[in-house]
Amino acid sequence: MAVAADLTHRLRQGAEYTLIPLGALVVSAALFSVFLLGLGKSPQQFFELMWRGGFGTAFSWQNTLQRAAPLVLTALCVAIPARIGLVIIGGEGALVLGGFAAAAIAIPMIGPVAAGSLPVALMLGVMALAAALAGALWIGFAGWLRHARGVNETISSLLLTYIAIAILYFFVEGALRDPGSLNKPSTPPIGAGAMLQPIPGTDIHWGLAAGALLAVLLHLLMTRTTFGFAMRVTGGNPRAARAQGLPVGGLLVAATMIAGASAGLAGFFEVAAVHGNANASLVAGYGFTGILVSFLARHNPIAILPVAILFGGIAAAGGLIQRRMGLPDATVLLLQGVIFVVLLASETLYGRIAWLQPKRSGAP
Amino acid sequence: MSRGPLSRRTLLTSVAASGVAASGLAQTVGTALAQTNITVGILYVGPRDDFGYNQAHAVGAAELKKVPGVKVVEEENVPETIAVQRSMESMINLDGARLILATSFGYFDPHMLAMAAKYPRVEFRHAVGLWDQAKHPQNAGSYFGYLDQAHYVNGIAAGLVSKTKKIGFIAAKPIPSVLRNINAVLLGARKNMPDATVQVVFTGDWSLPVREAEATNALIAAGCDVITCHVDSPKVVVETAERRGVMTLGHNASQASLAPRGFVTGAEYKWETIYKGFADNLAKSQKLPNWVRGGYDLDYVRNTAYGAAATDGVRRACDTAIAELKRGAPIFVGPIKDNRGNTVIPATLDNYAPPLEGINYLVEGVIGSIT
Repeated sequence: MAVAADLTHRLRQGAEYTLIPLGALVVSAALFSVFLLGLGKSPQQFFELMWRGGFGTAFSWQNTLQRAAPLVLTALCVAIPARIGLVIIGGEGALVLGGFAAAAIAIPMIGPVAAGSLPVALMLGVMALAAALAGALWIGFAGWLRHARGVNETISSLLLTYIAIAILYFFVEGALRDPGSLNKPSTPPIGAGAMLQPIPGTDIHWGLAAGALLAVLLHLLMTRTTFGFAMRVTGGNPRAARAQGLPVGGLLVAATMIAGASAGLAGFFEVAAVHGNANASLVAGYGFTGILVSFLARHNPIAILPVAILFGGIAAAGGLIQRRMGLPDATVLLLQGVIFVVLLASETLYGRIAWLQPKRSGAP
Repeated sequence: MSRGPLSRRTLLTSVAASGVAASGLAQTVGTALAQTNITVGILYVGPRDDFGYNQAHAVGAAELKKVPGVKVVEEENVPETIAVQRSMESMINLDGARLILATSFGYFDPHMLAMAAKYPRVEFRHAVGLWDQAKHPQNAGSYFGYLDQAHYVNGIAAGLVSKTKKIGFIAAKPIPSVLRNINAVLLGARKNMPDATVQVVFTGDWSLPVREAEATNALIAAGCDVITCHVDSPKVVVETAERRGVMTLGHNASQASLAPRGFVTGAEYKWETIYKGFADNLAKSQKLPNWVRGGYDLDYVRNTAYGAAATDGVRRACDTAIAELKRGAPIFVGPIKDNRGNTVIPATLDNYAPPLEGINYLVEGVIGSIT
């Protein structure tokens, strides 16, 4: 009896976390349709194109998943610190610096790898480590500033982003510039043979798999380990956590380092699987879109996956919508904005819809 | 510094190729296209109405749309990421595009090259010369307009209208294509005003509106009474200068409407010449040239229609300079020293001479440093 009650409790709670966001999506679509009608465009055509461009065919799925891949990793950079009560918005900087570190550490290895005297896998491994470490130190620094100096981590992580971009430009346009990159300063390319190959049978790079794996691992870390429990307690009430003897400072720095490493890895995949070198193209805004994704996923690592795919799909369909409907690119941004606002507004519904509330049976 | 992407051989092929394109144009484009249906996909890195680089391409695309039988599909704000490859693929798979025009520098490597390898039956062309016959797919290529020729005309105008003999130049990055335009403005200005100077401020990136406005104000405070720039969108620079009551010279697209009082003329691309040439090749099932480049001689650049600040004398001098450029008159007349006193161009260079691709200096008379 208790087991069955527990199951319905879980199901209803699960339903709440699924139905409310889905309802919010429907409401956003309705609001956006009104906007389209105001412009004299057909909402039906819009959503058909959205489906076709984002999810309708095998090609659109690849398109969607490729665009989602970096978002998963940068969203994790927001979600993990959020569990401990920190609002980190500097994932862009960690991504840029991670990508730069990966490209920079590869420079002395490019020759040996091309000559066959050094295995490609070793170089890629070192690059990934360097990227994760650079990101971890960068965002970890914001966490440390918060703990040791009381600096607001939201502001410091944002400002650190601009410093990271400046560091990238400084080296890419100076000491580490490939002399062959005349009009677009870049680091030397790691070489086509050394690039990370896509997942077999697709065009999708391994960043998506890495993001999914990391999301699951971090979810387990947060929900199934004492470390995760300590982080959640700290997020709930830092003073109580400290009173319980939890190492709050260490936890803060650890959470931000995990976050930074995740965004740094996104930078590694951009360099190793997409660009082949580091240059200004790394600064593409993935870190900032990741903030949106994490908030919409309510900072739940598992929920980040579908939300990132939704955003990937919207971005993938954006081009088709521009081309077929003659709408400007900003249309898609507007849709994203409407979804964001409606989803945030729907937060107030949690716990207020009686039908979704489990009956508190078995209470003494 | 390496010598740049140009070798003598590629230069020669390019000249031959541009000849083909030009002769194709001379024939009636419309009739050849009337029966066929050609879809051309264009990708922009920013908004199409930015008063700058993207708008210049969008103007070309709009002209291309007027050609019967040609359908143009456009995508703006495509970042230089994997999004480029997917957008191109989407244009090919869903819209049936036969020609992809990649207008941003960073679209080429790796994105356009990857797609060209994957879709050998589709033609890909990239604005700015990076294509190399030895290394890159044969269904890919480059096209480019030499804007320094139009900037040289800007310089001619500046040398006639400036009272303070100081010209202000807001530049994005100290890379060869930008340095070449700065030098061209100085050389043009010194034609009529031998003691003219060009003062440069580098902002560090292609689009930094706040810093561009600050730089404009700083240059005006330093005594510059003519302002020009090489940034992605000159909108902020031109508007700021107009508000301060100084004269402006445009860049990339037409900014004439932003400065009804102070606008003189501007350096503009004329991409439609190239785009219509490509469409014509496709309609006639001809091989598209891989390398198309030129300036005034091939009608690939132009100067914006004269604004209110252009006197009759300025208009006459500019028209003359344009006519000379069309005949191939050189801009970089040797010997030329850089602004540190080293002789960088010992003897006169042709306007398409390979050494100009790798310019890494500011010529004597330019105040500023690239390091």
